[in-house]
Amino acid sequence: MAQTKSAAGFDAGVQDYRLTYYTPDYTPKDTDLLACFRMTPQPGVPAEEAAAAVAAESSTGTWTTVWTDNLTDLDRYKGRCYDVEPVPGEDNQYFCFIAYPLDLFEEGSVTNVLTSLVGNVFGFKALRALRLEDIRFPVALIKTFPGPPHGITVERDHLNKYGRPLLGCTIKPKLGLSAKNYGRAVYECLRGGLDFTKDDENINSQPFMRWRDRFLFVQEAIEKAQAETNEIKGHYLNVTAATCEEMMERAEFAKEIGTPIVMHDFLTGGFTANTTLSKWCRKNGVLLHIHRAMHAVIDRQRNHGIHFRVLAKCLRLSGGDHLHSGTVVGKLEGEREITMGFVDLMREDYVEEDRSRGIFFTQDYASMGGTMPVASGGIHVWHMPALVEIFGDDSCLQFGGGTLGHPWGNAPGATANRVALEACVQARNEGRNLAREGNDVLREACRWSPELAAACELWKEIKFEFEAMDTI
Amino acid sequence: MKTLPKEPRYETLSYLPPLTDQQITRQIEYMLENGYIPGIEFEKDPTPELHHWTLWKLPLFNCRSAQEVLAEVRECRSEYSDSYIRVVGFDNIRQCQTVSFIVYKPGTSRY
Repeated sequence: MAQTKSAAGFDAGVQDYRLTYYTPDYTPKDTDLLACFRMTPQPGVPAEEAAAAVAAESSTGTWTTVWTDNLTDLDRYKGRCYDVEPVPGEDNQYFCFIAYPLDLFEEGSVTNVLTSLVGNVFGFKALRALRLEDIRFPVALIKTFPGPPHGITVERDHLNKYGRPLLGCTIKPKLGLSAKNYGRAVYECLRGGLDFTKDDENINSQPFMRWRDRFLFVQEAIEKAQAETNEIKGHYLNVTAATCEEMMERAEFAKEIGTPIVMHDFLTGGFTANTTLSKWCRKNGVLLHIHRAMHAVIDRQRNHGIHFRVLAKCLRLSGGDHLHSGTVVGKLEGEREITMGFVDLMREDYVEEDRSRGIFFTQDYASMGGTMPVASGGIHVWHMPALVEIFGDDSCLQFGGGTLGHPWGNAPGATANRVALEACVQARNEGRNLAREGNDVLREACRWSPELAAACELWKEIKFEFEAMDTI
Repeated sequence: MKTLPKEPRYETLSYLPPLTDQQITRQIEYMLENGYIPGIEFEKDPTPELHHWTLWKLPLFNCRSAQEVLAEVRECRSEYSDSYIRVVGFDNIRQCQTVSFIVYKPGTSRY
């Protein structure tokens, strides 16, 4: 590992206790929790000093020495910065790697881990900016988390759906529909061939539609669509609420009326509420869909905040069967690799370190269930081949406007998407290249599906090209 | 504009026109290439939440070609012509079912 241990200037102005937190000779233990920060020191502050300060401030350090320090064993509890590397192509940015002893953390508490790692240190004066890029959770700690209430394979068994991505849709308009009209929109989508519909994240229990009314009309819609199509249907009933008691009351009612899946916003609701709900979901056999409102506030800046891969990892530990992950489509190739990196962190059991995909540490989940990535927002039928190619079967593809915006309404809109999905899956399994022939596959299906033909006419054909898939 | 007719469906690939034997063969070949263990299930009146259809014989653990599976599908179809038939696939590494698609529906279908 590259070390940039400075010579002159390092000792000067550094408080003694800081020196104890920069230990480039330290070899991390298997039981250590490892973190990688992207750090931008204030001008004039040496990288090693700033890195040591990050290690100190996120573990045992205080600004001054106190006599009670002498009553504990600092070596047992201190975080250690064991490596500092300049970020390639950036001026005055460094990746700093810190190892935290296992004993610093309470078992099974994402809240506790984050309170330590992204607490006061982010406001530290010696730093201009700080971003948590990745965390390696040791297996010893992983085993104290329940993880997703069900996981991908159990969800498939519950739903009786195999060998294809799941298909969903967020009901629009976001706000203002009455509960009965809302239930109507759900029914039409589900009877057309979607597996799931979804509450918009800001639908909780407003004056125009109280939660109990919504739950009942939606459940009726699910049951009718299920009886008519002979397929299992669901709707993510949003149980996010002002208090945990209220959240649990809504979840209990959802279970009572027999709905298969509920939904929670894990960042605005908070990790403690999320973990409570997730444990309840496993105990009660209810699937859990997770929305990520507020994530861009935290993860959008390149030099400050928390990368989404960390939030996704934390959510998998806290518990969630689905998590929104972005759509990739239309983004740059590099971003695609980064997205697929954290998609792997959501659904695979063992993920190797790979800097080109933004994965700084090898992560072993020790058989924890996987969280299904949800691709949602701004996508329509012409994106289907690319989405199937990129995300594979273990994903949930959600077409909101791409279903409800169909000129004939929700049910034909849903059918168009389902036909497009199945045509793509069939073609992929037959060995056809969806990146190259995807549009042909859709055009062929348009010949016998009038619903798809109408959708393909309304939305504009897109060219999707990525040469990499051809050569692998 | 058209109103979508009501029609029961049978999960993966049931929104496509009925598969020809050649198309079924290619889906089975995909399963075998991925190392999945093929099997056949049938049921006369399947309901959405009926997870277990009746197994035709046993999964084809030593299957070498798609034709062996197709031959079993044909035999199943002639013996239970009033039942729905699906081909399933198991992954013994991930320890779960990975594939299920409908290959025979008694009566008519829309497409």
